Amino acid sequence: MTAPPASPAAPPLLEVRDLAVAFDGDGGTLRAVDGVSYGLGEGETLGIVGESGSGKSVHVLAMLGLIPRPPGRVSGGRVLFCGRDLLALPERALQRVRGAEIGMVFQDPMSSLNPAMTVAAQIAEPLRIHLGLDARSARARARDLLDLVRIPEAGRRLDLYPHEFSGGQRQRVMIAIGLACRPKLLIADEATTALDVTVQAEIVALVRELKREIGMAIIWITHDLGVVAGLADTVQVMYAGRILERGPVDAVFSDPRNAYTLGLIRSLPDLSRGRAGRRRLRQIEGSPPDMRHPPPGDPFAPRNPYATARCRTEAPPLRQAPGAAPGHLVAAWYDLPALIAREDRA
Amino acid sequence: MRAAPSPLVCVRALSKHYPLRHWWGGRGSVFRAVEDVSFDVFPGETLGLVGESGSGKSTIGRAVTMLNPPTAGTVAFEGTDLATLSPRAMRRMRRRIQMVFQDPYAALNPRMSAGAYVAEAFRLHRPEMGRAERRDEVAALFRRVGLDPRLAGRFPHQFSGGQRQRICIARAVALKPSFIVADEPIAALDVSIQAQVVNLLQDLQEELGLSYLFISHDLRMVRYLCHRVAVLRRGRIVELASSDALYGNPVHPYTRALLGAVPVPDPAAERARLRAASAAPAPAIPEGGVLTEVAPGHWVAASKPEDHHP
Amino acid sequence: MSGAEIGTTGRAAAPPEAAPRREPGGAGAFWRRLRGRRGALLGLAIVAAFAVLALGAAWIAPYDPTATDWGAVRAAPTLAHPFGTDEVGRDVLARIVYGARASLGAGLTSVALAVALGLPLGMLAGYAGGVVDGAIMRLTDALLAIPFLILAIALAAFLGPSLTNAMVAIGLSATSIFVRLTRAQVQAIAAEEYVEAARAVGNPPWRIALHHILPNIVPAILVQATLTIAAAIIAEASLSFLGLGQQPPDPSWGSMLNTAKNFLDQAPWMAIWPGLSIFLAVLAFNLLGDGLRDALDPRERP
Repeated sequence: MTAPPASPAAPPLLEVRDLAVAFDGDGGTLRAVDGVSYGLGEGETLGIVGESGSGKSVHVLAMLGLIPRPPGRVSGGRVLFCGRDLLALPERALQRVRGAEIGMVFQDPMSSLNPAMTVAAQIAEPLRIHLGLDARSARARARDLLDLVRIPEAGRRLDLYPHEFSGGQRQRVMIAIGLACRPKLLIADEATTALDVTVQAEIVALVRELKREIGMAIIWITHDLGVVAGLADTVQVMYAGRILERGPVDAVFSDPRNAYTLGLIRSLPDLSRGRAGRRRLRQIEGSPPDMRHPPPGDPFAPRNPYATARCRTEAPPLRQAPGAAPGHLVAAWYDLPALIAREDRA
Repeated sequence: MRAAPSPLVCVRALSKHYPLRHWWGGRGSVFRAVEDVSFDVFPGETLGLVGESGSGKSTIGRAVTMLNPPTAGTVAFEGTDLATLSPRAMRRMRRRIQMVFQDPYAALNPRMSAGAYVAEAFRLHRPEMGRAERRDEVAALFRRVGLDPRLAGRFPHQFSGGQRQRICIARAVALKPSFIVADEPIAALDVSIQAQVVNLLQDLQEELGLSYLFISHDLRMVRYLCHRVAVLRRGRIVELASSDALYGNPVHPYTRALLGAVPVPDPAAERARLRAASAAPAPAIPEGGVLTEVAPGHWVAASKPEDHHP
Repeated sequence: MSGAEIGTTGRAAAPPEAAPRREPGGAGAFWRRLRGRRGALLGLAIVAAFAVLALGAAWIAPYDPTATDWGAVRAAPTLAHPFGTDEVGRDVLARIVYGARASLGAGLTSVALAVALGLPLGMLAGYAGGVVDGAIMRLTDALLAIPFLILAIALAAFLGPSLTNAMVAIGLSATSIFVRLTRAQVQAIAAEEYVEAARAVGNPPWRIALHHILPNIVPAILVQATLTIAAAIIAEASLSFLGLGQQPPDPSWGSMLNTAKNFLDQAPWMAIWPGLSIFLAVLAFNLLGDGLRDALDPRERP
C-alpha cells in the first residue's frame, strides 16, 4: 500500500492545532478533548484508535460543528481545512463543507438513514443542495454511486427504502452519500463496528478500492486495531482526550513507544496460537479515567506499570520518539523499548 | 464428542420458531430462529457459540436457560429435562445455571445498589442466611471479582462498564453454579477492559470448576477461551469441533469465510490478507446439511457426506 | 459526558464514545435537577403554603368559618375582614383557609384512591397479560371514553352529595388513567434486560414485580399523580359548585363559588378569592408535576 505522508512543503489538507472541547454538566466541566494537534495530507488515510472517552469521535464532531452546544463547546484551537479555519466559519459555510468537501459515515447506518425516504432521494439530496444538479442528473449520479459502492442492480434498487437493504448494504449506501460530492476527505466513525465480521471485511475492502480509484483522504475512527492495520497509512492512538502516540502504521505496530499502545496490542489473543501453547492474556489494569476528574500528568499513568514519578505529575508532550521512524511521535516520559528490554532480560 | 465423562448439559434437536403474523392479523409462516441444534457441554468445559447477527446464538442461550423456552427439543441438565420442571423447581435449578448478559448497562437494575443486586442471589436461594453473613459473603464476592467491597452501596450509574460486568459476574457465581451462559459478555466493553473480564471468567472457571456456554462474535476471544466451538449460521450448527481443530483446519466454507474475515493487528500481514481476500472469489456457501463427523469430535454440516474431506 | 455521543449511537456491540453514562442517580442528583427549575420550585412553594393553611387552619383563620354575623353581610374587604364577608356574614378569608382543607384533601385523597386501585390493576394487566390484561383494559377503555369530569359528576350524583362521596367519585374516575399508565410502564420495564436478569437468578414473578419493576415505574406514577391532583381539585370544586361535594355550612372553594355566582355584581370578592385559590392550587400542582417530569425524565440521562 502506498503511504503518502504529507510532504513538508505542501500544506496539509487538514491541520488541527491545539483543539480543545469541553462539556459543561452537573458535575463540573469535562475536558473531552485536551489539546489535540495533527495534520492530514491529501490522499492520506489516518486511523484513529481509542476507547470510550478518548475524544476520538468528539474531536471530529467538534471540528465539523456537530457537537450539541450547550453542553458542549470548543474551548480552543484551530482546524484548518484547505487553508480555512473551520471553527471560524459561519454555520452556512460549514454546512457546505460538511456535505460537499468532507463526507461522513457513522456507526449505525439504520439511524443515519431516513426510513421514510428512498435511497435515491437520500443520495441525491447532497448532489442537489451542494452541486445544484437537477432531479434527472442527480438520479443518474445516484445510480452511478450505488454502482461505485458495488450494490448489485443499482438501477432497480434506487427506489427502495433503507429497510429493504441489509446492514452491510445500508453502510454502502452511507458511503455512497458520503462520497456523493467527491469530497477531499471522508470521515468514518466506527463505520464497521455494528457490522458482522464478514460484512466488515467487505466494507474495508470496498474502502480500500475506492481510495485507489478516487484518492480521497480518510479519517477512520475505530476501536479495532486490526481494521486500522489494514487500512491506515498513519495511526493515531488517543486516550483521555489526548494523542498518546502517532506515526506510520507499520512503525507504531512493530515498535510501540507508549505503554497504552503496547497494552492494547498485547491484550489481543493470538489467533494462530493453539489452546495448549497460550499464555494468560496480558490485561491492562484499571479503567479509563473519569474525565470530570482526570488524573494529573499523563492520563494513562495510573494504569501504566512503567509510569515514572514524572508521569504522575506532568503531562508529556507529543514529540518525535527517539530512535524511531521519522514521524513516529509519542507522548511519554519513559523509554518503552529500554524498559521492555530490561523486562525481557529479567 | 461422546467422551468418557458424562455431559453436564445435553442439548438435543433444539428449535425455536416464532410465528410470523401477516399484516391483516392472520397466522402466517414461522420464522425459524434456531433449527435442530444439538450439542453437549462437559464439566469444566467452555463451549463457544459463534456466529453473526441473526444466527440464533443468543436465542440458544436463552432457550438453554429456559428464559425463553425452546419450541422443540430438549435441554437436559445433569440428566434432568428442564422442560419437565415446574416453575418453582426451575427457579430452584437456577442456582446451578446462571447467566451473564451482554450489556452491563442494561442488565443492572438502575434502582438497586450493587450490593443488593449481588445479595439477591442469597436472598432467593439461601433464605436461612443472616444479614451479617450475607454482607460478608457479598464483600468476599466483590473482592473476588476485583471490586472494592466499600462500593457495595453504590448504584449502577456510578460504575464503569467493566465494573458493572464484574458486578453481574459476582452475582452469577454467588451460588457456586456449575453452568454459566455468557451471552456476549465482553462485546459492550472497552478494548482495554475485555482482557480483564476474560481473565476473570477463566480464573473463576478454574476455581469453581464451572462450565461456560460462551456466546460471542469475537472469534479471537473464542479461540483463546473455548475448548470446543460450534459455528452457527441461520439457526443451524454448520461446524463443531475442538477449538484447535476448528481454527487450525476449518472445513465448512462458512467457517472458512468467517475466520478469513478476522482482521489481523499486524499491518503487513493484514494488508496481505486483504489483498488475498479481494483476489479470491467469494466461495459458495451451501445451505442445510446433516452434521457428519469428519474426524474424531469434528462435526461438519454436509448435504452429502463425501462433500467434506479435510 | 452526556451529549458527547452523537454519531456513535450506543449500540451495545460498540464501546460508546463516552465515559460512564449518567443514569437515574440518587436523591441528590434529583434535587439538583429539580432545584434548577424555577417553575417547579414556585409550584412546590405554593403547594407548601396551601398545605400550611390546610393543616393549621384552626390557628391561622381569624374567625370560625361557619360563624355568621348578620351585622356584616356581604361586607367589602376591610381591615377586620381582609377578604370581605359572604351573604350570611361569614369571613371569606376564614372560609378560604378552611376550604383549603376540602380542596387539597379532596385532591390528595381521591388521587391516593386512584393510585391505590390503578397501580395494582395496571401491574396485573401489564405483567400477567392475556385474558386478565384484556378484561382490565377493555373496562379501562370504556371508562376513558367518558370525559373525566362527566364521569365524576355522574358517580357523585349516584353516590349522593357529600364530600367523601365526591372524593370517591373523583378517585374512581381517575383510576383508569393510572391503570393505563402503569400497564404501559410495566410493559416497557418488563422488556428491560435487568428484568430478564432477575428471572435468570431465580426471582419468582411477584418478587420481580415488586422489587424490579415497581421501583422503576414510581417516578412516572409520581408525576402523573401530581398532575392528576390538579385535575382532582378542579373536579372537587366543580362537584361542590353543583352541590354534590362539600355540604353547607362547611366551606369549600367550589361551594363558595356556587354561592358567589348569585352575588357577582354586589359582592365580587365572594367569587374572586375562591376562584383565585383554585387557580393558584391547580397552577402549582401543574408546575410541580412538569418539574418532576423534567427532573425524572429518562431522556435526561443518555
